[in-house]
Amino acid sequence: MKKFNPYLSSSLMVIVLLMVWEFGARAYNKSFILPSPAEIAFTLWELRSVLFLKHLPPTFLVIAIGLAISVIIGAGLAIWMNASKTAEKTFYPIIIASQTIPIIALAPIFVLWFGYTIWSKVAVTVLITFFPITVSAFDGLRSSNKDLKELMLTMGASKKDIFFKLDIPSSLPSFFSGLKVAVTLSVIGAAIGEWLGAQAGLGYFSRRMMTQFDGAGVFAPIVLLSAVGIALFLLITLIEKTLLKWRKAA
Amino acid sequence: MNNPALEFRSVSFQYLSEKKKVNAPILTDVHFTVNNGEFISIIGPSGAGKSTIFRLVTGLEQPSAGLILLNGKQVKNRLGLVGYMPQQDLLMPWRTILENAMLPLEIKGIKQDQAEEEVLTLLKDFGLEGTENSHPGDLSGGMRQRVSFLRTILSGSNVLLLDEPFSALDAITRLTMQEWLLQQWRNLKKTILFITHDVEEALFLSDRIFVMSENRISIHKVKVPLGRPRSIRDLSHPEVVRLKEDLIDQLRPRVES
Ligand SMILES: Nc1ncnc2c1ncn2[C@@H]1O[C@H](COP(=O)(O)OP(=O)(O)OP(=O)(O)O)[C@@H](O)[C@H]1O
Ligand SMILES: [Mg+2]
Repeated sequence: MKKFNPYLSSSLMVIVLLMVWEFGARAYNKSFILPSPAEIAFTLWELRSVLFLKHLPPTFLVIAIGLAISVIIGAGLAIWMNASKTAEKTFYPIIIASQTIPIIALAPIFVLWFGYTIWSKVAVTVLITFFPITVSAFDGLRSSNKDLKELMLTMGASKKDIFFKLDIPSSLPSFFSGLKVAVTLSVIGAAIGEWLGAQAGLGYFSRRMMTQFDGAGVFAPIVLLSAVGIALFLLITLIEKTLLKWRKAA
Repeated sequence: MNNPALEFRSVSFQYLSEKKKVNAPILTDVHFTVNNGEFISIIGPSGAGKSTIFRLVTGLEQPSAGLILLNGKQVKNRLGLVGYMPQQDLLMPWRTILENAMLPLEIKGIKQDQAEEEVLTLLKDFGLEGTENSHPGDLSGGMRQRVSFLRTILSGSNVLLLDEPFSALDAITRLTMQEWLLQQWRNLKKTILFITHDVEEALFLSDRIFVMSENRISIHKVKVPLGRPRSIRDLSHPEVVRLKEDLIDQLRPRVES
């Protein structure tokens, strides 16, 4: 009887929690503070066209641009640090230090710099997501087998051969782990960015509902944000599974 | 073609440590000649410098003095000229068997379909038919070593260096692989240098044995008094048994002195 759906236990847990929440909220009966799951679902349905057509696209754009920039900067930095000891010594400490900055506190500065354009939100997203991508790509590149490198040298391999045929494939498992962390963080980054000031977006919408004491209206876009995060995570997992087929399922 | 396949002329070597400090020499004034088509085993205690000789031949290291000649010519950049098979199979887990074996051809810039054809024929000869789309993780240790050997052959060089290729295999598989290797060597007409810790393995396989001593004084060259083809039973020949005991005595570190 071990062949249950692998998500069965977590699904059950979620259902139990939702039920507790539903009954708790009904008993409490102040929906502007604690809306019940049913109310949130209802609001989500009611506002579907506004949420999906007006506010989801700008948020998604922020996430996509932010992640793309992070992957380019992160992979680029990782490759550079792997190729040059000087670059590693220069950038690695700075990258670590950048993570000790409370990004939420820094975010208003981006508004000062970029105004209420999309770029202030993208900047927050990049700042949150480039770290796991850079570090995991760098660790992955560094993990390539030195004996294999020497073997390739004895075959007459060039630096380019070693980079493309050894370093890159060796780095992929680690890179994907970092990317999975980054996509979930990117949703948070976009939401924070939009809270600070925007004309549209799920984070912005959630905040506007807060000022109107519409509890369910606050939660509905958050549910959607979380769904976007899960969808992105699953997408990356799918790409990973196709690309790294050789890895045995543990 | 009458040139020796490999020749060391008074080769000396020492590793340079990180801080450019000079370590104790590993090889001093080493001479030897390996003829075309010969099977040579190198035995010696751990740390004697056996693998170091291979690193010198492949060009991963350069001698601090002396000459290394390949097929009668001195070549400074030897990378890509000798086939080297490391102790671990070192197959790339993300590549299929076919892609792994194709690696040296890819590096040489040979066209994809031509390389594929060459590998597929060899896979058949090596009893690895049908594994071309598997990944190394799906194969047994003996099969992986065969793929690794195949990849070494595809380097295209006439000199093959095998560094303890069978030491990780169980006794039975190892015997099968030894017989298989001799058969391949006969068919391919390559020159093989073979490092091993196992005196019996060296006696069974080789024409001559190079014995390296722990004190790194000299390389002792011993001819194996057996014809070909040979079977594992030939090793109980009294002359061979005496030689074996003699070799083991040479390898064992002297406790007295
Ligand atoms: N890259 C290196 N830098 C410095 N010293 C090294 C290096 N590689 C090997 N050595 C040293 O050189 C000596 C000879 O090493 P080598 O690997 O050639 O021995 P070996 O005969 O192959 O031993 P084994 O049977 O254990 O494989 C050893 O003392 C080793 O510590
Ligand atoms: Mg060795």
